[in-house]
This record gives sequence, C-alpha cells and structure tokens, in this order.
Amino acid sequence: MINILQERERQVNCGTEPFRMDCDKHSAAGSVSQRACVFCGSRVVLYPVADALHLVHGPIGCAAYTWDIRGSLSSGPELHRMSFSTDLREMDVIFGGEKRLYGALTDLIGIYRPKAAFVYSTCIVGVIGDDVAAVCKRVGAEQQIPVLAVHSEGFKGTKKDGYQAACSALGELVGTGPTRDIGPRSLNVLGDFNIAGETWAIRRYYERMGLQVVATVTGDGRVDDIRRAHGAALNVVQCSGAMTHLARAMKDKYGIPFLRVSYFGIEDMSKALYDVADHFRDAAMMERARIMVREEVTRILPEIRRLRSGLEGKRAAVYTGGAFKAFSLVRSLRTLGMKTVLAGTQTGNADDYQALRELCDDDTVLVDDTNPLELAKFIQERGVELLIGGVKERPVAYKLGVGFCDHNHERKTCLAGFEGMLNFAREVHATVTSPVWKLIRSSRRETTAAPLDQCGHDCGRCTLPMCCGAPVPPANAVI
Amino acid sequence: MTLLRHTHGGTITERQALTINPAKTCQPIGAMYAALGIHRCLPHSHGSQGCCSYHRSTLSRHYKEPVMAATSSFTEGSSVFGGQANLHQALQTAFTTYEPDVVAVHTTCLSETIGDDIPQIVQKATEEGLIPEGKYVIHANTPSYVGSACTGFANMTTAMVDYFSASASPDKVAGRINVIPGWVEPADMREIKRIVRLMGLEAIVFPDTSGVLDCPQTGKHELFPRGGVTVDQLRATGDSIGTIALGPVCSGPAAAQLTTRCRVPNTVLPLPIGLHATDAFIMALRKYNGGKVPREIADERGRLLDLITDMHQYFYGRTAALWGDPDQLASLSQFLMTIDILPKYVVTGTPGTKFLKRMGEVLGDRKSEAQVRQGPRADMFLMHQWIKNEPVDLLIGNTYGKYIARDENIPFVRHGFPLLDRVGHQYIPTVGYAGAIRLLEQILQVTLDKIDRESPEEQFELTL
Ligand code: SF4
Ligand code: SF4
Repeated sequence: MINILQERERQVNCGTEPFRMDCDKHSAAGSVSQRACVFCGSRVVLYPVADALHLVHGPIGCAAYTWDIRGSLSSGPELHRMSFSTDLREMDVIFGGEKRLYGALTDLIGIYRPKAAFVYSTCIVGVIGDDVAAVCKRVGAEQQIPVLAVHSEGFKGTKKDGYQAACSALGELVGTGPTRDIGPRSLNVLGDFNIAGETWAIRRYYERMGLQVVATVTGDGRVDDIRRAHGAALNVVQCSGAMTHLARAMKDKYGIPFLRVSYFGIEDMSKALYDVADHFRDAAMMERARIMVREEVTRILPEIRRLRSGLEGKRAAVYTGGAFKAFSLVRSLRTLGMKTVLAGTQTGNADDYQALRELCDDDTVLVDDTNPLELAKFIQERGVELLIGGVKERPVAYKLGVGFCDHNHERKTCLAGFEGMLNFAREVHATVTSPVWKLIRSSRRETTAAPLDQCGHDCGRCTLPMCCGAPVPPANAVI
Repeated sequence: MTLLRHTHGGTITERQALTINPAKTCQPIGAMYAALGIHRCLPHSHGSQGCCSYHRSTLSRHYKEPVMAATSSFTEGSSVFGGQANLHQALQTAFTTYEPDVVAVHTTCLSETIGDDIPQIVQKATEEGLIPEGKYVIHANTPSYVGSACTGFANMTTAMVDYFSASASPDKVAGRINVIPGWVEPADMREIKRIVRLMGLEAIVFPDTSGVLDCPQTGKHELFPRGGVTVDQLRATGDSIGTIALGPVCSGPAAAQLTTRCRVPNTVLPLPIGLHATDAFIMALRKYNGGKVPREIADERGRLLDLITDMHQYFYGRTAALWGDPDQLASLSQFLMTIDILPKYVVTGTPGTKFLKRMGEVLGDRKSEAQVRQGPRADMFLMHQWIKNEPVDLLIGNTYGKYIARDENIPFVRHGFPLLDRVGHQYIPTVGYAGAIRLLEQILQVTLDKIDRESPEEQFELTL
C-alpha cells in the first residue's frame, strides 16, 4: 500500500484526454528518481570522442562513477576509457581549485598529447567559483590544442541541460578544420554513440548509398573529424534530446540543414535512409537505398517472424532516456506483435509526450521521470511481461519476475539498424520466453491486469489515482 | 589494440594534481551502503540528483538488486539559498510516500560546500511536524573531498550510535555483544552472525545488509526487505557487554563512540579475512563466552589449514598486487603473507594515518620488497606503472583491475567494491575460516587456469 507523490500527478497520464505533460523539471525532492545530473548528460554525450582528453574537475566521486561506464566503442584510440580527475580536496574547496586544474591539465596534455581536451565542471566547482573557462583558455594557448570548458555543474538543471553544455563545447570545435575534400553528397551522423558498434552499422548504410560520412558525433568520434564537420551538406540527428542543439547551432552558423531520425526498428531505420535520399533529391541514391532496405529486410524477416510467434500479444513497458527512442521502441515492439502498455522517458518534453500519446494505444500509461515504486506498481497492474530500460530498472523487473532488455548504456549487442532489429528481437525473445519466470510463483501471474473499468477512479479511463486525466483525483489517495 | 596502452612503464613521474583511474570513491556511497543496513531505512542524499543516481546505479550494479535512496534534488536556487526547503519537502514526501522507519540523510560535496546544517534543518522539520511519531531522521556529514567511501561508511555507522544507542541500566546484558562488521558484503555479515552464534553468543550486528541487498526472489519488489538492524536493536547496543569492531577505518569510530556514550568497552580488530585475522576474532569472542571454541569452528579452521598445506607449493615465491579499501587490504595482505605470497604492490586512495604502519607490521622483514601507497595519487595508474616495470603473479581487487589483468595477462581475483562484472560476492562470504577457503579456491583457480591455458602440450597435465 503506497501513497502517491502528489507533486507527480501531472507527470503521469493514462488516457486520451487532452493533456500537457508537466515534464522538464527537477525530480520531486524526496522521490527515488531514476534521473541524473547535468554533468552526467555532458559526460555521456562527449565521452565517445576517443582521441580527446576528458578531465573531470571536481571531487573524486563524479569521475569514479563515470569511468568507462558506457560501451561506446572506438576503432582506434581509447583515451576516453581512462578516468582523469582533479580529485579536489578540502583545501581546494576553501582556496579554489584553479591551480590544481591548471596543473592537472598541463600534466595530462604533456603525457598524452591528445587532440583536444574537455574539462567538465561538477557541482562543487560551480559553488567555489573557479574560472574554468579562463584556465582552459590559458592552457589551450600554451599547449596549442583546443581545451574546452564544459559547463556541466550538476545542479544547474537536468541531464538535458548537460547535453546542451556538451553541444556548446562541440560547437567550439566545429568550424576549425579543413573542408577541402568534402563533396556535396556528404553528411554528419549526430547523436549516435556507437554503443556495441551501432555507429559503424549506420555509417555502412550511408556509405552504401554513396554518401560521404564526414563526422560521427560522437560515436567513434575524432576531434579532427568534428573540426571539419561544418563541411558536410547535411546533419542527420538521432534522438530528440542529445544533439539537436548542435544541429541547430550548425544550421544557424553554417546553414547546414538537419533531419531528425531514429535508427531503431525496421520502420524508423528505413525511413531515416529514405529521408536522407529524399533530401539530396538523387534518384540513383534513392534507388540504392531501396535496394539496400529490401535486401536487409528480406534477410532478417524470416527470423523475426519466427521470433514473433512466441511474442504475439505480450505486454511491454518502455522507459527510456530520450523520447525518440521510446517512439522507436513502441514501433519495434509492434513489429514483434507486442503491446506497449506503459511508456515513459527521463527527458522527454511536452511535445514528445503528445506525439507518444498519439503513437501509443489509448490505454497506454505515460510517465515522465518515474521512480521504482511507480514502475513496479504499473508493471504489476498492467501485467507487464517485458521491461525495457536501464541499469536501475533491471533489478526491479527481475524482482517482479518480468523479462528485461537493456536499451541503454549497458546494452551489449548492436540494436540499431536492420541487423540491430534482429538482435533486439532475439534479446526480447530470450528474456520474455525464458523458463525461469515460471519458477517464480508470483501472485501477479494468477490475476492478470485489472480491467480498466474496475478502477473506481472517476476519470473514467484508468485504475490509477495518479492519472492526470480530468478530473484530477484526490491528492494523496491511497493506492 | 590493447586497452590501457595509455599506461607506460619506465620512470614514474610524480603527478602533482591529478588522479588517474582512482582506487577509491566518494564518501556518500559508503554512507548509503551503511544506511541500507538499517531495517526499513531510506537513505537520503542531500544534494543534487546526479550523486544519488550514480550511487544507486553503482550499488545496483554490484548487488544486482534494486537500491532505494532519495535525493533533495538541488537546483540553482538551493545552491544559493541552502537546501532546507528541499530537505523539508523531501522528508515529507519520504514519510508519506515510502513510509520508512528511518530516513538516513548524508550530505554531498555540494551541500557541504554551501554549508547546510543538517541537525538544525531536521530540528526545524521536527518542530513543524514533518516527522511522524515513532519515525526517525539521522544524519552523517560526508563531504567527498575528505576521506573516501570508507569514511562515509564509518560516519553513517557512527551516526547510528549517536542517534540511537542508549544505556537503559547500569548493568550490561551478559552474553550479548555488539559486532560492527565493517564494509563487507551481506554474505559476510551473515557469516559473522553465524560464527557468533556458534560461539554461543548473542550479537547485535550493525549495520547489517544481509537480507537487504541479497534478497531471495519472491516475485515481489519490496521497498524495504526483511533484513537490517532494527531501531530497537540499535538502542540496545548501549547495554551490551562489549563491542567488537572489525576494521579500524570503517568500524573503529562507531565503536569508540559507543564506549564514550554508553561505556561499552570495545575491541578493534582487523577484518576477519584469512587465518590469523579470523583467529583474532575468535579469540575476542572467547573473552565473552567463557573461553570455549565449539568443535564446528575448530574443524573449519582445521580444514582451512589442510587446504593451505596441501597447496603450499603453488603459493611459494609468488607475488601479488592489491588495491581497494584499507581494512580489506590489511587483512588480505596478512593472509597472503601467511601462505607465502608477497603483497608486492598495495594501493589505496583512502587517506589515513595508521594504514602504512599496519602494512609495515604485516610485511615484517619483507617490507623492503614491497611498495605501499596511500592517499592522493595512489591510483590504478600508478599500480599499472609499477606492474609494467616489474610484473606480479596475481591481482586482487575490484572490477577496475580487469584492464590490467587483460593487458598484462595476470590472473585476477575479484574482491572489494565495486564488482560490476561478476557474481558470487553477494552470496559467498570471504570472512572467517570458511571464507578464507573460498579465497584460496579463487586464487588457485585463476592461477592454475593460467598454467593450463599456457602450458605446452607435452607439459599439459591432467592432475595437479
Ligand atoms: S564526489 Fe561529491 S559531488 Fe561527486 S558524486 Fe560524490 S558526493 Fe557527488
Ligand atoms: S556532484 Fe554534481 S556533478 Fe557530480 S555527480 Fe553529483 S550532481 Fe552530478
């Protein structure tokens, strides 16, 4: 029996009534939020730039927890996988950490001769007031490499603000490299982080269409590529949150148009390729895209059909970082014959939720910035058999005897592209149909999800006191 | 391309202001772990969201369990005006929504730097009626620019004494002791309780994460699992006849505090890892049980000795590199010395004063053959440099050693925190005699696997 979080009422929706998701805000104080900080956002976005130095300016923790946590693969240098910290101590907090930062940067650049350096500010730096930008500038001038301050003080917003800070830093790199050998049929891949080699898959598709991929930002990223990214004819941006800011900035500054795409699922992947071909108005390129899509789909479809037969009608819950991924996952699950009964994101905005509402079934529950209690409750009520989420969600799913698929930093197989769809289908099949769930005699298994009309809740649509469909339910109602 | 080729051997330059690949982490996660060892306790991170999220993720990865903790969700405003409003709202939310018995607040670098006074904020909350009858808020200050995760663990454990321990009568309860197990795994805490029971004593073990972070699968998600030391038990610690603190860094301060507050005499011992350290623990327990050692324990010791003697040729002349927390390292090193493996390189990022001295005692006349480093710049990078210059036969430490293990092809036993890539530590203890057998088994396993993998066919042998 739990009471609901009153503050969260407008961050949950389970009907088709018009609504505006009240997202984009800090987690309610005291809730067990699944969210992270600005620094976290910047760190995950910039981390895959493999030949840059990444120095975390702050106490040790912020660096320790982000040491090689994301499987962003590099085809060459692996400097990004090391953990560098100024490891601020009490004296630095009192007297300021600029000297230490200067020393650390100088030492590191001396040892590794990186192509560029990113310096991340953490909460404490924001409070003690170090002039990080000035130190970066000085070291940059002395060492003759770009040294970029990332303004990622943890408390100054949400993870999304961290994406922005990262994009601003990248923006300083763009435009500083030569663009001579870049042709008109060229693009940058923005917002893919090469987890389990996904950027490589995407790059191959584009190259097969006859396109020149100038920079992949930031998956398998290289400083020199990013510096000349402004020479590309198009930016293709994946995911709603992380890289749109950079694409916008490049549009304003260099007039480079951008397309928003997703690489997850057959539908979205194909659409991405067609959209790009369309953009270049090149019939031959479009033809190549068509042939490639046909080939790829033909190759994976028989196996997907086979897997689908074991998954038909099963219920899934999706909880992602960004919203675009949630869209793709809902579609991909449909491809597998599954129903999404719960969808939520950490960083979606009101428009994203509107779109998600339209995409999902009428009775799909939408949540913004959820917490484990809420998740567990919905999973049980809706008879969920698969949860897609990240590291903090996995044990919750397993405890409830529910299958799980990591679609976050810790995924181990490539889930993007056509091959990725097949991998995804396999992963979902492996967990959903595993015999181990039968070992758990959960009471939930006997009573399947409660029908909608038995909720006793007066919004008329769902069982949930947190439902923000009108009329608003009594505050602090007991579930 | 081999990973970590960014580490070079050769002359080791002293770095001034830089930690590379740390062998420590920050205070709050230790406080969070300790707080989870109180029954129905919600740890609370007073700071911005990121820290809490990282700590929970790391604990979740280590235990493969859901880890509950709340945050004050600081914003720019709170960083200027202080976090009182946030903490008040948080307490209200916590008690109405999650219904814990205890909320254990720890600070973060941010709230420490802006100077929030937690006792005062909590006092206000009490006055405003935000804390329901029979519920408690305790706190520990855990700035990470001081100490390390071990310090955080020690501080939160001391807070348990400060807030709860009481002495109801001048007479102590005969046959009941307190054991502060130190930062060990839930399985170790369970094993410590078993040993105490076998010795015929009753013990209050605090903190106690067994039954919290090693929960049985029941098909339910319990916000507050069954385990953990209760508030009543914590109160009663003041009336026990003695306290045994395992690990001077993590457990020492709380034991001392209990002596000051309630006159409970304390004995501070090394973590009972390995033969001698376990002997010391058993000897300490004998002081309270009339001196007897049950057959079962004597036999466990005998079995450990038997294994050591059976396999001693495989230890002879070998060397090891270790990293992690000081309490763990001191006992592990002692055990290695016992079986004739030299702990050649030992590194801990946790600063302190007594560790180097203790290591000196452990190493005895082989001191000059070993390198021990503590505090700033004592990190995995330094350790790797040492190893590149002169390799060792065995690595013992947390998951972060896997880069070195792979790069240098050295057998690797995972031990400590965090372990992000293996299981077992949750379930199988390494304390006590039985735990030492487990450790030996792991050491032998990785060592012999390497021999088997690499021996030429004519020397590839079926039997030992
Ligand atoms: S070091 Fe400080 S700021 Fe960083 S994660 Fe730890 S508590 Fe948070
Ligand atoms: S201290 Fe700030 S930047 Fe570091 S992890 Fe915590 S919230 Fe994020």
